Amino acid sequence: MSAVLFFIAAIGAIAGAIGVVTLRNPFYSVLSLVAHLICLAVLFLLLRAEFVAAAQVVVYAGAVMVLYVFVVAYVGGGEQMLGGAVLRVLGPLFALALTIELCIATLGSALKGVSGKGAPYVAGFGTPAHIGSLFLTKYLFPFEVASILLLVAAVGAVVLARRRRGLEGPDEQLALQIRAPRPAWTGTMAEAAGTRIVETAPEPEHVGDVSTREGGW
Amino acid sequence: MAIGWYLSVSAIIFCIGSAGVLTHRNPLVILLCLELMLNAANLALVAFARMWGHEDGQVFALIVMVVAACEVTVGLGLIVAIYRRQMPIDVDELNELQG
Repeated sequence: MSAVLFFIAAIGAIAGAIGVVTLRNPFYSVLSLVAHLICLAVLFLLLRAEFVAAAQVVVYAGAVMVLYVFVVAYVGGGEQMLGGAVLRVLGPLFALALTIELCIATLGSALKGVSGKGAPYVAGFGTPAHIGSLFLTKYLFPFEVASILLLVAAVGAVVLARRRRGLEGPDEQLALQIRAPRPAWTGTMAEAAGTRIVETAPEPEHVGDVSTREGGW
Repeated sequence: MAIGWYLSVSAIIFCIGSAGVLTHRNPLVILLCLELMLNAANLALVAFARMWGHEDGQVFALIVMVVAACEVTVGLGLIVAIYRRQMPIDVDELNELQG
């Protein structure tokens, strides 16, 4: 049963990864990465890492990918551009060589641990309680560093993505002035002193013929 | 399943990601491929945690996820800044840091 589940999840993860690289539209690449992450969470579950699998689905496939989708929708992605002719041939070749090398390094090492099924399972392995107690005792320093890193990244993203130069030019500043049409010959002291520009309302055309008005004060 | 199978899957995903980083020019897709590589490393870490029966590898997998989230935030902020300045979103064109 676990072998069947492993092969389904592994094929799904690899297919998702290939989809990320080969799909033309970045939006579909992001969706493919979501599928890849969910298959990877299944692999984590098979490895008895329940908390990591849950965090993967909730934080990664949920929150981070929503950020990606927003940016792809904002920037507009468009068609993917591939690199130059040399890299387009050499890149996959390099990746293939690296795959073979890594597989030889891991599988050919004849280590007992790699070919075994792992240490015997003890109850509570990988549960949030165990992970949390490790984070607060043995790995307290990496935990704090990670929180500071998150804070710095959030501030950095705000600084990077804000509008850089404020207002563009005097025209835009004028456009932002308050346009409050008011009757002619009225105004504020700031306008009279010339420190504030105001567009006076056009003079009423029918000032003279008060008699034609129906009501009036 | 033996741990070696998980390590092979991790190696394959890592290499697919590296191929994507090498061949693409859109920084969005390059970030996605970086995610692939980080996830492959995560899978290896969790597999080693299972192999030894310690949870330390899982703790480091979680920290790698935090680092990946930071990288995504800053990278996407950079892409939005590049887009605001109406520069081409293409890593071959963006070859100088001077804004």
